[in-house]
Amino acid sequence: MAQILKRTKPLAVNPLKVSQPVGAALAFLGLRHAIPMLHGSQGCTAFGKVFFVRHFREPIPLQTTAMDHVSSIMGADDNVVTGLKTICEKSAPAIIGLPTTGLSETQGADIRRLVKRFRVEHPQFDHIAVVPVNTPDYSGSLESGFALAVEAIIEALVPEDTAQVGRRRRQVNVLASSALTPGDIEALKEWIEAFGLRPVVLPDLGDSLDGHLVDGEFSALTVGGTPRAEIETMGESIATLVIGRSMSGAANLLRQRTGVLDFRFDHLMGLDACDAFTHTLSRLSGRPVPVGIERRRAQLQDAMVDTHFQTGFARVALALEGDLLAGFVDMLKGMGADIVAAVAPARAEVLADVNCDSVQIGDLEDLERAAAGTQVIISNSHAAASAERLGVPLLRAGFPQYDWVGGYARAWIGYRGGRQTLFDFANLILGQHHDIPAYRSIFRQVAEDGPGLVRH
Amino acid sequence: MKHADIQALFNEPACKHNDKEKSGCARPKPGATAGGCAFDGAQIALLPIADVAHIVHGPIACAGSSWENRGTRSTGPQLYRVGMTTDLTEQDVIMGRSEARLFHAIKQAIDDHNPAAVFVYSTCVTALIGDDFEAVCQAASARYGLPVVPVDAAGFYGTKNMGNRFAGEAMFTHVIGTREPDPVPLHAQRPGIRVHDVNLIGEYNIAGEFFHVAPLFDELGLRILSTLSGDARFAEVQTMHRAEATMVVCAKALLNVARKLNETWGVPFFEGSFYGVRDMSNALREFARLIGDADLAARTEALIAREEAAANALLSPWRERLKGKRVLLYTGGVKSWSIVSALQDLGMEVVATGTKKSTEEDKERIRELMGPDARMIDDGSPKALLSAYRDLSADILIAGGRNLYMALKSRIPFLDINQEREFGYAGYAGMPELARQLALTIENPVWEAVRRPAPWARENAAGTPVVD
Repeated sequence: MAQILKRTKPLAVNPLKVSQPVGAALAFLGLRHAIPMLHGSQGCTAFGKVFFVRHFREPIPLQTTAMDHVSSIMGADDNVVTGLKTICEKSAPAIIGLPTTGLSETQGADIRRLVKRFRVEHPQFDHIAVVPVNTPDYSGSLESGFALAVEAIIEALVPEDTAQVGRRRRQVNVLASSALTPGDIEALKEWIEAFGLRPVVLPDLGDSLDGHLVDGEFSALTVGGTPRAEIETMGESIATLVIGRSMSGAANLLRQRTGVLDFRFDHLMGLDACDAFTHTLSRLSGRPVPVGIERRRAQLQDAMVDTHFQTGFARVALALEGDLLAGFVDMLKGMGADIVAAVAPARAEVLADVNCDSVQIGDLEDLERAAAGTQVIISNSHAAASAERLGVPLLRAGFPQYDWVGGYARAWIGYRGGRQTLFDFANLILGQHHDIPAYRSIFRQVAEDGPGLVRH
Repeated sequence: MKHADIQALFNEPACKHNDKEKSGCARPKPGATAGGCAFDGAQIALLPIADVAHIVHGPIACAGSSWENRGTRSTGPQLYRVGMTTDLTEQDVIMGRSEARLFHAIKQAIDDHNPAAVFVYSTCVTALIGDDFEAVCQAASARYGLPVVPVDAAGFYGTKNMGNRFAGEAMFTHVIGTREPDPVPLHAQRPGIRVHDVNLIGEYNIAGEFFHVAPLFDELGLRILSTLSGDARFAEVQTMHRAEATMVVCAKALLNVARKLNETWGVPFFEGSFYGVRDMSNALREFARLIGDADLAARTEALIAREEAAANALLSPWRERLKGKRVLLYTGGVKSWSIVSALQDLGMEVVATGTKKSTEEDKERIRELMGPDARMIDDGSPKALLSAYRDLSADILIAGGRNLYMALKSRIPFLDINQEREFGYAGYAGMPELARQLALTIENPVWEAVRRPAPWARENAAGTPVVD
């Protein structure tokens, strides 16, 4: 539906985009006892690490093959093999993610061959999974890098066998896109469990990056996340639920390898999307919708009625990754709001179907220029300066949220998350209510500084 | 940059680390490396120059996840906070269109943002594909009549420290010495006070902390020609060669600039710190000594006496509260002792300090301060720090932001001492703030609450009946 407007400027100003390798690293952080190692210069990793630490307020396991100028020219193959060996010896992880970067891709590294070489040279680490993925930062964005990593995880860890479908009769797979926060994932699991189903979420950021204190020794690996053993059973599930269009490639691969039927949802924001998902769960489980969910649905409807005075005709400008953009636009359109500007950092399949006139591929400068007359901006923390210049409030969503506590924990999806989203949005509109400018008649008999004036 | 040029920069005669291979300069180990790259270091050193358009020439990774992540403050222009990158695409890289994109990007930055100058940072990818970005900068500068400065510090040239040095080199080569300082304006002249020009190198005005110190310089008649680079302006950096003295603030990495200023322009320099009452006073004294103005020296002593008295008055209630608290300090280089003295000023006991990046001279200072048996920690891994914390029954860990969440996860009070922090500790006025932040975390009731097991944790079995 939406027309895609291509980038036309030579210079990106106040970038919205975050790189593919960082997105891939995030996906690996949703696996248990895992650590990603970026094949690139040490800065690729250091920046990514600071980025995540500031957003999640958690220690983030992330390593680097530490390419320098010499190895970039003369060959950095040894860096990969040595790096894998070092991590295996030091931390004994279950899984090592191995995304490439702009540097190693430009150099022409063959990351898959290097993993094979590592296997030949160090068979003692055969029990440790290594998942290579090509994620140059000169194409795509965080969302696509995340999706590519999930695809690579499926390719590496899910056995190719279509005869096991439904062996685990209550188990469903969930492929969760980068649009979902740890809070979203938690809500999603409760939603599915309410139907007596057992979700295997890939990747499960809700278990690893939800911010929980743990007992015992400090770990150099992820604490929580999808266990490798569970990923290996994804072929035995009765169905796969796919959340986010960016997961299409991963979903296709999973279905092809396992034969498990899938159900795809662009997002789970707003009443219609939630209902479609709930209905699917009911049919999959063969159970009626539980009373608790009916009640939360009724609460969302109540909130929709309560807040429509604020959301109706509300002018909104958004700068978000594709999946999140599609969700917010659908939800707000369903509440009568007008989309003044929609900006996405990179091309994505879902953008053509976003429910507004056009989507600009661009940065926060593009957002600022197109957002004249907007009442609210929805974007990440970087947009705080834009919102300040435009004199409007910012609803923080997406990555990164560094000037804000708990952005990772909030749920946007589901009936309850949707209700809170509406409340928060409506409050931002209420907070900028403008009175009609007072008019004082020239014939008034009492002076304004007379009795009744409260002096400060 | 040529390999030989990079090697040449490794050699810094003014650095005490020079004849030893130290972690800061050694080749990083794959799979076991922490810390940023040369590009990161170059940005740390130069980004605070507030009226410059800083363009990162490369794909999105270098700017995309790093822009706007510094705590440095400006009194005026905010241009340095605008993230700019050529955000190269696959087509740019393969088809060799990146140089043309950069040229147009420079024009866009000049047209839209009216910068005092443009700095262009190379990155690994553009260095690898062989972009001649220096030629592009030169051509753009000629075309648009504005300084366009190439900062050749691709990430893979080395560590963050090396990046600092590359950045300093770029300033020395292209900027410093290209303009004469303005005369001291009439309204800033005071009878009986002769104005002396000085530089600060390695001061980044983190969280605006230098705003605590700057009034003292004004009072003494020390005009800061420029800092490198907190709250600096391009036109100020251009004049650094005319200073009478330079202070290198807690930053070995930028010693090259101070040394070259000395060799080429005869500007003497010293290394010092603004952290802690003692160091703050010493820094002011050093300036007076290097400049050699007896009147300045006398006024400096008077100011020190006044400020130390005021600081002591403010600190005494905090000293009561913090007295005897045990600190595990893990930070590098100069800070390993300068912060020790600041903490001891507060009556705290520093039970161990990190010495990974310290020189022999630094270690000697530590022994002077902490006694001959001072415990020094070389291994900064989370595991080593945690076990030291427990062995020494410390009350707080003070370290860089990298260790913040490791400490919190382990339910340990923590204070961030490095550049990501949100509070300013410099100068006399910074000490009460430091004390307040220390007490705020050490005394907080959350530690007891999160260490206490849940009330049901000690019950033997589920479903134990409630006894009345």
